[in-house]
Amino acid sequence: MINQVYQLVSPRQFEVTYKDKVIMSDKVVVRPSHLSICAADQRYYTGTRGEQAMKEKLPMSLIHEGVGNVVFDPTNTYEIGTKVVMVPNTPTEEDDIIAENYLRSSQFKSSGYDGFMQDYVFLTPDRLIELPKDMNMDVAAFTELVTITVHALSRFEPLAHSRRDTFGVWGDGNLGFITCLFLKKLYPQSEVIIFGKTDYKMNHFSFVDKAIKISEIPEDLRIDHAIECAGGKGSQYAIDQIIECINPEGFISLLGVSEYPIEVNTRMVLEKGLQLQGSSRSGAKDFQKTIDLYNKHPEIVEYLSTLVGKVQKVTNLSEVVDAFESDLASSWGKTVIEWKI
Amino acid sequence: MIYAGILAGGQGTRMGNVPMPKQFLLLNKKPILVHTIEKFILNESFAKIIIATPKEWINYTNDILKKYQIDIPRVVVIEGGSERNDTIMNIISWIEKNDGLQDDDIIVTHDAVRPFLTHRIIEENIEMGLKYGAVDTAIEAVDTIVVSEDGNYINDIPKRETMYQGQTPQTFNAKQLKDLYAELSEEEKSILTDACKIFSIKNKKVKLVKGEVFNIKVTIPYDLKVANSIIQGSIAND
Repeated sequence: MINQVYQLVSPRQFEVTYKDKVIMSDKVVVRPSHLSICAADQRYYTGTRGEQAMKEKLPMSLIHEGVGNVVFDPTNTYEIGTKVVMVPNTPTEEDDIIAENYLRSSQFKSSGYDGFMQDYVFLTPDRLIELPKDMNMDVAAFTELVTITVHALSRFEPLAHSRRDTFGVWGDGNLGFITCLFLKKLYPQSEVIIFGKTDYKMNHFSFVDKAIKISEIPEDLRIDHAIECAGGKGSQYAIDQIIECINPEGFISLLGVSEYPIEVNTRMVLEKGLQLQGSSRSGAKDFQKTIDLYNKHPEIVEYLSTLVGKVQKVTNLSEVVDAFESDLASSWGKTVIEWKI
Repeated sequence: MIYAGILAGGQGTRMGNVPMPKQFLLLNKKPILVHTIEKFILNESFAKIIIATPKEWINYTNDILKKYQIDIPRVVVIEGGSERNDTIMNIISWIEKNDGLQDDDIIVTHDAVRPFLTHRIIEENIEMGLKYGAVDTAIEAVDTIVVSEDGNYINDIPKRETMYQGQTPQTFNAKQLKDLYAELSEEEKSILTDACKIFSIKNKKVKLVKGEVFNIKVTIPYDLKVANSIIQGSIAND
C-alpha cells in the first residue's frame, strides 16, 4: 500500500511523500482521527528548533499527540473500529530498570522519526491503548500531554517524603493546568497552589485552592513539594522561586523544557536538602494509567475539555498550515486537528 | 451496503510491449493492483471489495493476492466485461446474485491502476455517494483544455476555471446505475464510456469530490516510471 506521509520540509512548509507499506505484518494499522499540536511541533514548524536540529531531522512528519481508529489488525489484538490512543515512544530494547522513555535507543515520533500526520499509522499492539467508548475525542487527542503529568507524579510518589500538605505548581499553561488538576484528584487532602503570570489564564484554574501571581508571592508562604511547568528561560525564575519557598527536603519535579542551559541556586538546594527530578515524555504504562484515571474520575475529562481550544478540520495541506498558524496565535488551550486529509 | 468495485479490466494495450495487463506491473516490487486493494481493505465500510479482471487473468489475480497474503473473505475476484461499463455491470450483477441488490447500495468504482488514492478520497466518495447517488472524483484542470473535432484545428477553448480532470473513484447508487444503463440504446452505450455521463445525460446530479494531483493513473510506461520514482524518492529520504 502506498501511504501518504505529510512532512515538514522546511519552516512553515509541508509536502506529501509516499511510503510503501505492507499491511500484513506485526503492526496494527490505525487511521488517525484527532491530532493535537504541541509546543515541540511548533518549534520545528517555526524553525526555532535550531539550525542543526532542523537540518538533521527534516523532512519529518510532525505531531506526537493523537488518537485514531484501528482499521486493520493482522495481530488480532484489537477489534476493527476500536478507538485508541497512540504511544509516540518506540523502545528498541528492553530494560528492567530504566523506563522506556529514558532509553537513549528509543525512537520518538515527531522527533527524529515521522509523527502521526500520515494517511495511516502502523504501530505494534503494545503502542496502542484502548480508549473508553464514549470518550470525548477532542480531549483524547492530547492524552499524550496528560501522560507527562501522570508519569511525573508516578515518579514523585515513591521518592518524595510523606508530608504533602501543600503543593506548588509553577506555570499557568496547559501542562500546569493538567498537573494541578491531577494533584487535586490524586491528593484531595492537599492544598494545591498555582503560581502563574497571567490573570486570564489563572482564572481557568477553578479547582485549585489558591492562585498566586509570581510577582506577588507572600514572603512567609511555604510549600512541601513543587512541580515546575514553566519551560524556556522561565524555568530558571520558577526554580529560583521554588527553592526560595519550598520547605527543607522538599521534592521539585522539573517538567518545563529549557531550550538553553539555565542557572540553578545549588547552594540552597544543598542547604535545604532538596530533591530535583527531571521528567520527560512517557511510556505505554503511563498511557494506560492515564486512561484508567479517566475511567475512575470522569470529571477529569470534563475539566480537560475546557482546555480544548480551536478544533480545526484539515482536508489538505494548506489547512494544516492554518491549524499551526492559529495555534501560534492562540495564547491558551490546545489546538485539535480533525484529521480528514 | 457499500461495495468497492476495482476495475482491473485493462489488457495493457496502452502500455506498449509489456507482457501483461498494466494492473499487474510492479510498483516498488509489488503489483499495482495489490497496492490499490490494500488501501480499500483499510476501509471497514466496504462489505465486499470486488475485483473485476479479464477472464484469463482471474487465476493470476487470485495467485498474487495469495502471494501478498491478502486472504480476506470480503475480497472477491470476478470476470470483467469488454468495456468499462460492462465491467461495472458485471460487478453489480455479482452483487445482485450473491447479496441481493438493495435500493441504498452504493458502489465505489476505482481504477486498479490508481494506487495513490487516499483515505479522504474514499471516505468522501462514500459520504457523497450515499447522499447524492452519483459522485465523480476530479481535480481542477491545470492545463488549458482545447477542443478539436478533427485533431487539426481548434473548435473551442473552454474557460479553464470550469474545466476539471476526471479521476476515480466514481461512486454510484448501484440500482440507479443499473436501471439507467438498461434504458440506453446500444449506440448510446458505445458512446457513454464514462459511467458518470450516464447519470448526467439523464439530468441526474453528479457530485464532485476533490481528487489529488498525485492520484495518477498508471497507463503508459512514463506513468510507471513517475510512480516508481516518487516512491523510490521517498524511500531515499527515509
